Amino acid sequence: MPSTSFTPPSTLRIFGALLRRDLHVTRRELPYFLVRTTLQPLLFIVVFGYLLPRMGFVGRGYGAALLPGIIAVSLTLSSVQSVALPMVQDFGFTREIEDRLLAPVPMRLIAFEKIVMGVLQGLIAAAVVLPMARLIMGPIDALTGAHALPVLLITILGAAAFSNLGLLMGTAINPQQIGLMFSVVVAPMIFFGCAYYPWQGLQAVPAMKYAVLVNPLVYVAEGMRGALTPALPHMSLLAVVGALVVLTGLFWTLGIRSFERRALS
Amino acid sequence: MPDTPDAIRTAALRKVYPAPGARRGAEQRPDIVALVGLDLTVGGGEFFGLLGPNGAGKTTTIGILTTRVKPTSGAASVAGADVVTNEVAVRQRIGVVPQRPNPDRSLNVRENLVFHAAYFGVARSVAARRAAALLDQLGIGDRGDAKVDQLSGGQQQRLMIARALIHEPRVIFLDEPTVGLDPQARHALWDILRELHAQGRTIIMTTHYMEEADRLCERLAIMDQGRLLALDTPQQLKTRAPGGTLVELVLDGDATAAASRARELAGVSSAEPQGSVLRVYADRGGELIPALIRTAGLEGRDVRDIHLSPPSLETLFISLTGRKLD
Repeated sequence: MPSTSFTPPSTLRIFGALLRRDLHVTRRELPYFLVRTTLQPLLFIVVFGYLLPRMGFVGRGYGAALLPGIIAVSLTLSSVQSVALPMVQDFGFTREIEDRLLAPVPMRLIAFEKIVMGVLQGLIAAAVVLPMARLIMGPIDALTGAHALPVLLITILGAAAFSNLGLLMGTAINPQQIGLMFSVVVAPMIFFGCAYYPWQGLQAVPAMKYAVLVNPLVYVAEGMRGALTPALPHMSLLAVVGALVVLTGLFWTLGIRSFERRALS
Repeated sequence: MPDTPDAIRTAALRKVYPAPGARRGAEQRPDIVALVGLDLTVGGGEFFGLLGPNGAGKTTTIGILTTRVKPTSGAASVAGADVVTNEVAVRQRIGVVPQRPNPDRSLNVRENLVFHAAYFGVARSVAARRAAALLDQLGIGDRGDAKVDQLSGGQQQRLMIARALIHEPRVIFLDEPTVGLDPQARHALWDILRELHAQGRTIIMTTHYMEEADRLCERLAIMDQGRLLALDTPQQLKTRAPGGTLVELVLDGDATAAASRARELAGVSSAEPQGSVLRVYADRGGELIPALIRTAGLEGRDVRDIHLSPPSLETLFISLTGRKLD
């Protein structure tokens, strides 16, 4: 009974089409994306990386600790948002994602494509904020561009972990509570994410030093320190990479389960 | 397009949704049985209707056949592909018009079509040509560059139809496509559907409008509470409505006694009380009214209101379920 003439289009080709759609929409919204991603780090850089050091409230060396953390915050925030926000919208009242869920590919490919877009937006955020920060803060002694590959690796891994976290948050959380979630989950994550101070510094409060290890941002920030300012104290890059790989796997497993629960009734 | 004898086949299809808000420790609420065990076969090229009130299981049936709802048990296939084990092949062969338009609001009208086609592997140049032709055919050819939010409800519904057709599927599912449309838009949509059917496509449509089902569908499944109650051509179904015309009398009190007396009258094939409503199926319809009023009077009941319905899907539905459809 089944017809013989059925030749499905290649999965790769459909993946390309899904990606093209998101690139098309992202490109049109690029100015908003850049404002959303860069404004907060920019303000932080101006106050903590430029004003306070000149006022003498913080040492000149603070910039070296701050810069990798700012990059980490920018890239993780833009990754998590770029997946979570469309998910909330798509699975919300409008059910806009239906037209993609009807595509003749396994459903998890739709989620995977969003992750790829999230990683891409994390990369863009890092690429924009890094030169901007350097420009405003002036020369930073410990900063080196010698380790471009580790920087890229940490950026991609950090963006992947947080894109998957975005998939989980965007599908598991009630649309009405997404604003609340950003204040209750994301804000503490940023402040206790070793973004504005190095992890080593927490030796002053040992309990805190171990408590923050549950925070995924810690590994991105410390990884950035290891790659951008390797001369300063930082967590071992191996530990960072290991933690980010595990977190990416964990968030994908939970996120795709939640996604499929929303997509299939 | 190869000939597929059966476009759709379901066997003992069952769907149970967990009770809403069910949580461990909370008071146990019963699960919701949306489909009790549906056996259905739709032939290739058929215009098939699923008719029933809200909660009949129509949307669940469409959901399972379009791979968006997982059946609890039973089997279903579309164009020869199993909806659970071969869902990708099913999706390749179907077009779906949802109950509520859900266009991609980040894209304009034409982009909605061209990108949707790309999700099915249709080349961009082919998709652009098809999109232009479909928009013209559906009477929104001048709205290609519009944002979807600028379209009226009827225009959005037509965009959904164009989207369901852009990859040239064999089987088209429409879930209550005319709900919320004004009569003019509804009739325009009927014309479009007739034309699609004339092109040889299989169409499966749900509706709770009797007239729509009667006019469009070649065969109809009447559903209620997850069960298939009747399945036939509209013509055959109408002749199955018991005893021809339905006369409904609203009395000023309980109709039970009047019903047993009415059954004695010549030409009455059945008479059922339901509270103060007396439902009589009769061959002669209107001629029986004086006799029925007298009968009610003998039981001390006054007649407050009378409805006459000629043999129709409506009268059949009422005889099957004891309820009106709307």
